[in-house]
Amino acid sequence: MTTTHSTTSASSAGPAMPLIFERSVPGSRATDLPPLDVPAGAIPAGLAAAEPPALPEVGQLDLVRHYSHLAARNFSVDANFYPLGSCTMKYNPKINEAAAAMPAFTGLHPLQDDADAQGALKVLHDTRLWLAEIAGLDEVSLQPCAGAHGEYAALKVIRAYFNDPQGGNQPQRRTVLAPETAHGTNPASCTMCGANVAKVPCVNGMVDLEALRGMVNNETAALMITNPNTAGLFDSTITEIARILHDAGALLYLDGANMNAIVGVSRPGDFGVDIMHYNTHKTFSTPHGCGGPGAGPIAVRKFLAPYLPVPQVERRGEPGKHSYFLDQDRPKSIGKVRSFHGQFGVLLRCWTYIAACGPEGLRNMSQHAVLNANYLAARLSGRFEMPYFDHRQGRFCAHEFVTVPRTLLARGVTLVDIAKRLIDYGIHPPTMHWPVHDCLMVEPTETEGKATLDRFIEVMNKIADEIEREPALLKEAPQEAPVGRLDEVAAARTPVLTAALRR
Amino acid sequence: MGAASPTDRRYLASHEWHKPEGGLVTVGVSQFAVDELTDITFLDIKKKVGSTVKAGESFGEIESVKATSELYSGVAGEVAAVNEAAIKNPAVINQDPYGQGWLIKLKPADASQIEKLLSGADYDKGHS
Repeated sequence: MTTTHSTTSASSAGPAMPLIFERSVPGSRATDLPPLDVPAGAIPAGLAAAEPPALPEVGQLDLVRHYSHLAARNFSVDANFYPLGSCTMKYNPKINEAAAAMPAFTGLHPLQDDADAQGALKVLHDTRLWLAEIAGLDEVSLQPCAGAHGEYAALKVIRAYFNDPQGGNQPQRRTVLAPETAHGTNPASCTMCGANVAKVPCVNGMVDLEALRGMVNNETAALMITNPNTAGLFDSTITEIARILHDAGALLYLDGANMNAIVGVSRPGDFGVDIMHYNTHKTFSTPHGCGGPGAGPIAVRKFLAPYLPVPQVERRGEPGKHSYFLDQDRPKSIGKVRSFHGQFGVLLRCWTYIAACGPEGLRNMSQHAVLNANYLAARLSGRFEMPYFDHRQGRFCAHEFVTVPRTLLARGVTLVDIAKRLIDYGIHPPTMHWPVHDCLMVEPTETEGKATLDRFIEVMNKIADEIEREPALLKEAPQEAPVGRLDEVAAARTPVLTAALRR
Repeated sequence: MGAASPTDRRYLASHEWHKPEGGLVTVGVSQFAVDELTDITFLDIKKKVGSTVKAGESFGEIESVKATSELYSGVAGEVAAVNEAAIKNPAVINQDPYGQGWLIKLKPADASQIEKLLSGADYDKGHS
């Protein structure tokens, strides 16, 4: 079996809280529509519903209260520490929102003439160049709208390259390798692209080089690797891994999920990566929006650039008299992977963050992310076993670390018990059971100050005390959340996912 | 760790067991796998009865409150039966992984292929 991880959600709407449909009072309205000032268009026959949908009818105050209550139950980085490993739940500075709310941007239409959208195109062009520079690669496409979407687009680019004379007419290169600790999206993206996936074993959290040598051949398209990897370690054999791939005529793909550890410190292009994706919500403080909109830009070496999605934002003319335009003329392109030019509102926040931090600020960001994780790991390692971390032996982590608290679990508590108890202390549980069984994966990010980190250490030690003295406390957690312990098994086995939409 | 795995069947390191029974091979997941997964909530068998499975190929997915895992067959063959009762009520895999909680039955392409899989003792060594 190959396994993907699960996370425990810190909050959910309680049974006492009615759905917006249950608040409906027939005849109530939250808004007044202005009079129609354009000719009323007739809905073509066959497209109109027989009767109006059963939408909730509520007054404006009831509507505002409903969503205010829901928002108050939401567990967010703005309110609480959120060390969810692998997810980089950093604080999103409000300057991003100020930029995105500027009327000059909010009033734009994606079909506007290039001449009327020069500012927006400059934002896209700058972002393209900056992300290329940070990657140490040559070209960037901003079009994919999530990390996994970036993986998909990049795999399409790789396929287009190998199918092309430029890539040696090698359509048989359809196997993509992925370490067994890869993010679940990697094999999923391969499957979506029609590639075969083969798992590369790992030793002590690192790729097994001997196994890798035995697996590459003339059917290998690429290895998808995350570095720093999902065990929280920078794979120091990465240049050797790149050499093994390149000697076999295959490409090295980087899943940029853990870029937060290395921006301005180490460039993927310098350690042998040919193609990669970014998760702007992890590294560049754009919103973590469940399902989007997001941005998952991809960066490539020059030889892969002709296959990138269209359009590409380009600059022409002498400096000072230059202008920006959308280049549609790319005959080898894989085409569009998304309408228009990607998720502009998200890319604008990414631009704002990079511009506000500057090169030194970005390096500082990654250095503090790594420092914070190592501080937590070092302070917690006495009671929480760390399979890959031992600061006394010089074994440090990157921006996150994995603990397998065997001694505490042997006392009859589960990771879920620990996770639920953390909620009582106002802390979001770390990622659980991934990349190895019975582990917690902790990623504090650089945006937390020492006081918050010290409080987390205090809470973790308090929970360890409770496990030793009063484990029943954990079984009853959470007590302080809007709802108590949910029956996850019943919820998964017999889900009730829809409300009856009665009129 | 735990009791020794049954010796009347063969295993993959990825925790699937394969038991020869009257010309067919029944495939399921081990007690160790079930203990690691905890409560199983969903079983999806992608392969229909009559379709073929290659050795090492995934034939479905198993989901618990903890994780989602691919299911692999260690032997090649034609799917002869799928455990509909386990699909309807995956708790049966938790209750009886070596019996009522079986997943699929295969008509093996090569009856000797099963001998190449791990013995119960060798499988247990892999995760103790």
